[in-house]
Amino acid sequence: MSERDRPDHENPEFGQVERSEWDSEEAGTGRYEAQQASDADEAVVELGEFPPISELESVDLSDVDPALGDPKLVAEMVAAQRETHVEVGEALMQMRDVTMKFGGLVALDSVTFDIRRGEILGLIGPNGAGKTTCFNAMTGVYRPTSGSVAFDGVPLGRLKRNQITRRGIARTFQNIRLFGEMTALENVAVGTDARHRTSVPGALFRVPRHWREEQDALERGMALLEFVGIGQRATEKARNLPYGDQRRLEIARALATEPKLLCLDEPAAGFNPSEKSALMDLIRKIRDDGYTVLLIEHDMRLVMGVTDRIVVLEFGKKIAEGLPVDIRNNPAVIAAYLGVPDDATA
Amino acid sequence: MSTSTSATSAAAAKSPGPVGVGDRLRLWWNQLSRPAQWGVGLPIILLIAAMPVIRPPLLTTPDTDFGAVMAQFGMYALLAIGLNVVVGSAGLLDLGYVGFYAVGAYTVGLLTSPDSPWNKTGADGFLSDKWAWLAVLPVAVAVTAISGLILGSPTLRLRGDYLAIVTLGFGEIVRLLADNLENTTGGGQGLSGIAYPRVGVTEANPFGIFSIGNTAEPFNSGLWWFWLSIVLIIVVLMFVGNLERSRVGRAWVAIREDEDAAEIMGVPTFKFKLWAFVIGASIGGLSGALYAGQVQFVVPTNFNVINSVLFLCAVVLGGQGNKLGVILGAFIIVYLPNRFLGIGDYKYLIFGLALMIMMVFRPQGLIPVRQKLLAYGRKIWQAAGRRSREEQS
Ligand SMILES: Nc1ncnc2c1ncn2[C@@H]1O[C@H](COP(=O)(O)OP(=O)(O)OP(=O)(O)O)[C@@H](O)[C@H]1O
Ligand SMILES: [Mg+2]
Repeated sequence: MSERDRPDHENPEFGQVERSEWDSEEAGTGRYEAQQASDADEAVVELGEFPPISELESVDLSDVDPALGDPKLVAEMVAAQRETHVEVGEALMQMRDVTMKFGGLVALDSVTFDIRRGEILGLIGPNGAGKTTCFNAMTGVYRPTSGSVAFDGVPLGRLKRNQITRRGIARTFQNIRLFGEMTALENVAVGTDARHRTSVPGALFRVPRHWREEQDALERGMALLEFVGIGQRATEKARNLPYGDQRRLEIARALATEPKLLCLDEPAAGFNPSEKSALMDLIRKIRDDGYTVLLIEHDMRLVMGVTDRIVVLEFGKKIAEGLPVDIRNNPAVIAAYLGVPDDATA
Repeated sequence: MSTSTSATSAAAAKSPGPVGVGDRLRLWWNQLSRPAQWGVGLPIILLIAAMPVIRPPLLTTPDTDFGAVMAQFGMYALLAIGLNVVVGSAGLLDLGYVGFYAVGAYTVGLLTSPDSPWNKTGADGFLSDKWAWLAVLPVAVAVTAISGLILGSPTLRLRGDYLAIVTLGFGEIVRLLADNLENTTGGGQGLSGIAYPRVGVTEANPFGIFSIGNTAEPFNSGLWWFWLSIVLIIVVLMFVGNLERSRVGRAWVAIREDEDAAEIMGVPTFKFKLWAFVIGASIGGLSGALYAGQVQFVVPTNFNVINSVLFLCAVVLGGQGNKLGVILGAFIIVYLPNRFLGIGDYKYLIFGLALMIMMVFRPQGLIPVRQKLLAYGRKIWQAAGRRSREEQS
């Protein structure tokens, strides 16, 4: 998918142009000046500084596969393998009147929205608004109390979670959930396995197809680690990675399942401004590689800068949906965030 | 919402920590080529195999036959490897593992003992005396695998404590069946005259080298069973290794680490848990079949549920998830009570204490795990090893 196919409002530059306006409204974000804007176009993302690499476990990428030294080839290896025949902009995920109750608590109240192919959709709202619950309803972690979720034209209904993943939805977790005792590369390999067919008999007798799939796990795994910027830490246990690298690893692991839709739950939580800006680049890069992205994020500057459209939740209800520029000026949204009483904004 | 700040990322950038002898050894081993690993490993295996022949004075068991002890070690090592797949890799707490050991042993017993109504040896059976044991060996493995499937299909939907309780029940049920179905299993009397590989028949050894009657020093029946079990251990280790270094092993460890996350990442968790159970069960059954052949006699009391705990001890002491570790654990469990006979009655006390001490000071076990879960992982390790050697020089 190329830049040309994208409707105007999905131009990644769009949000950036006018975000200073929002910055001045959002107390506290104004002090992050756009010092990072310059490296926005760099091919390989350097997310912050690398901590000292453990002498024992660092990997020289070109030793593993010479192709990994070349960012272009890496991007090619990482890019979504599946052909997307459908026009950009058509609905990929349809949430229809989704209601989710926990006992008496209504976490989602008849929420309806679409995610369109090739866009970065922002999902925002104050704490406890139901954003994560929305993710969980999409990825099969919870079954909606009522309403329907359809992905790629197929209702997810009673599909198992791993089947939903293989249909093409991948996610990260708000509170990181990596496989701590596994190395970074092995974590990503688990993701690539979602596309592998051989099972116990194939592995037991090492049939040729199994070798090919293992080769794929290694190559695509390494390429993904390189893509998110942690290639050198491939053999370190996920548990021992610094916090930021763990978040990046979660993204790589989710991408490894070759999703059509990538759901990121507060990927920038706990990042400093420069890390956030690098992450924004990474998210755009992911979208440009042909993925659709759903992004939950609290940092307004990041959301406004990177998303094509935004859905706003408050107390489980959708209160607004639209382009970043409209959302920014929407009185209901401002009220939800700044706590202005309803009657004052009406 | 997360309250972490970038300060955490600085704190998490910990220094590599001290590099111990074990780590250096591991690194060195990992970057060896496959032939080189065999070149180092084979002499070590041969040396271990020769122990009952050499009988080093301090190492041997003065009060029991060392060959027989090593044979028992071989069987326990198999059990530990099998249980390790279930507990160590997939993280499923199975307290009834002895049940599979019993199923394997009783399958051989029921098919080849003259006391059993299903005996297929002798005049009217189709199994020749010479090959009966070998012929029923795959049957025993298959029957145990099926019993694993039957136990696993309903119970693996349970998690944690529930699974432990149900498997505990299974172990006890198998023993009770063996004890009470007197018409088939011989009840408390057990089954005797079980078949064994009748090879190496000579004047001095009219029943062959594997017969319990072979008491020639040092090449007695125990030694031959030990050697047979070493061969089987190597075969099983290679198969289990193939599984571990593949998507199967990754799925198991992912399930152990975080079952929900694994499922959401596309791992069919139930399917792979069931595989772990079935594979663990068949290895247990294999060990049971060896045991039945070696002692030529099975009774229910050999399969008390408390044995499950002993097997679990071997796995946890040695190092959950580490195949080499659990073999060491099995050795400790078998060797110590035989070396110091006084321990016998107190062995559960001693191993229980040892476990508690381990949990405090070395919860990862004697040889902690460093699983390698990629078929092409050696490539990565060699790359890492090269880098670190270059940095040192
Ligand atoms: N499993 C559950 N059981 C009961 N209540 C739940 C459960 N999961 C979420 N909730 C409740 O649903 C509401 C929405 O939670 P959710 O985690 O979706 O909010 P969020 O928008 O992701 O908030 P945050 O920005 O803090 O992550 C909250 O009130 C929460 O307490
Ligand atoms: Mg949340």
